[in-house]
Amino acid sequence: MSILSVSDLRVKLSGLDILHGVSFDVAATGVTALLGRNGAGKTTTLRAVMGLAPYSGTVSFAGSPLDTRTFKRVQAGLGYVPEDRCIFAGLTVAENLKLASRTAKPDYDLVFGLFPELSQRSAQKAGSLSGGQQQMLSLGRVLLNGNRLLVIDEPTKGLAPKVVTEVASALERVALAVPVLLVEQNLAVVRRLASEAIVLSGGKVTWTGQSQTLLEDAALTKSLLGVGH
Amino acid sequence: MSTIVLLAVTGLGLAALYFLVASGLSLVFGLADVLNFAHGLFLSLGAYATWVAAEHMSIEAAIAVGVAVGAGAAVLVELIMIRPLYTRTIEQVLVTVGLSMAGVALLQAVFGADPKPFPRPQWASGVLEVFGARIPVDRFVLIGAALLVFGALMAFLKWTRYGLIVRAGVENREMVTALGIDVRKAFTLVFAIGGAAAALAGALAGIYFTTVSPATGGSLLIFAFIVVVIGGMGSVPGSAFAAIAVGLLQQFVNYYGTSGAGDICVVALLAIVLLVRPKGLAR
Repeated sequence: MSILSVSDLRVKLSGLDILHGVSFDVAATGVTALLGRNGAGKTTTLRAVMGLAPYSGTVSFAGSPLDTRTFKRVQAGLGYVPEDRCIFAGLTVAENLKLASRTAKPDYDLVFGLFPELSQRSAQKAGSLSGGQQQMLSLGRVLLNGNRLLVIDEPTKGLAPKVVTEVASALERVALAVPVLLVEQNLAVVRRLASEAIVLSGGKVTWTGQSQTLLEDAALTKSLLGVGH
Repeated sequence: MSTIVLLAVTGLGLAALYFLVASGLSLVFGLADVLNFAHGLFLSLGAYATWVAAEHMSIEAAIAVGVAVGAGAAVLVELIMIRPLYTRTIEQVLVTVGLSMAGVALLQAVFGADPKPFPRPQWASGVLEVFGARIPVDRFVLIGAALLVFGALMAFLKWTRYGLIVRAGVENREMVTALGIDVRKAFTLVFAIGGAAAALAGALAGIYFTTVSPATGGSLLIFAFIVVVIGGMGSVPGSAFAAIAVGLLQQFVNYYGTSGAGDICVVALLAIVLLVRPKGLAR
């Protein structure tokens, strides 16, 4: 059973074809990893799913086609954590969280339980946080609301190993309650979190299956992702 | 000493007018990426609406009518002409420039091209003596109005949800949308706020210059654009600081140099800021 179905997704940016008819399903539970080499179209796929990149094709969420407007997709229950965090540097941590809160009872207990530092630094300008703290804030923003799918783009990019572990642990706990579509380059994190995997190459889906199957096959991993593990 | 005080207060009065026009312009550009050349039209509409309304009611009520007309016009322009053109910058510029020209022509057709005498309320008449300088009260009225608008805008930005959305949207509009917020409502709101502030500037400019003419909006808009660029797009404190710098520079150079030299110095200041801090003083 899938929560998100993407069919024949095509994206053209600045005259260049980025995605050439991408189709895949995201499982209604657990973490589905979207993998691929640099430039394969992973981030563009997520942006199209969120309505942030113009596309042709269909994106269905819980069996229904999604509204074309991004804010409506988010209100429908798609939580988005972009690449490079995109926190609001000039706002405080508390203001970043307040802005993201869409419900009458935002789940601050969950956010501060996972990331106690955010509570301690609530009055601090988000731009003065470390990279890891900014990532926690970016994740915290979507966890405040009762989302039905989290779309997360490279949450461990550029983080110190200790913070990578912290973020992965948080995602592991979050994924018990909400399905996640995850773009991630760190295969150790993928191994720890993902049950399913989709591999993109040159804007096309080249492999789908259980992530364990992919990651346990060194030759397959090397040929699809260009890295060993 | 008295000359310096008079020049300083007059410069601050002029700065107040620039700030009232520039603050809305800055927020609209910072949030919505719209370079609104029709912003001066909201000022002119506010001034003429006040002028017309003042024949039927007190000047205070007439100013309120003018502000409402300016805000309403700004909302209509945003909804009807700008909203279909977001992300199409060239078309936006063409539409707002065209609207500005058409608006001035319309005002000329209805009210004539010649300046009309503007009603002068009792509270803006007379002079005050400060450090030996006899300063017309209307300067203090302008400064007081700008301080009130500045305080109200800062409170709005700091303490309201829409203020938070505007501050975040100035940084990264796409991400605001990606948090499930319909940022277009904030666009309409900042247009309304900008239109209201510009219309207030129009009414106060009428009191200060003692006349109202269709060209008033356009001439003040030029300096408002300079203030916005110097202050930094989307920054209300930046606009306030830049307006003070521009107003004082103009007054002092025009008095101690030759007439018109103040405007040249303002353009030189703009060039220096663009070279040293291209994003403006506050960014």
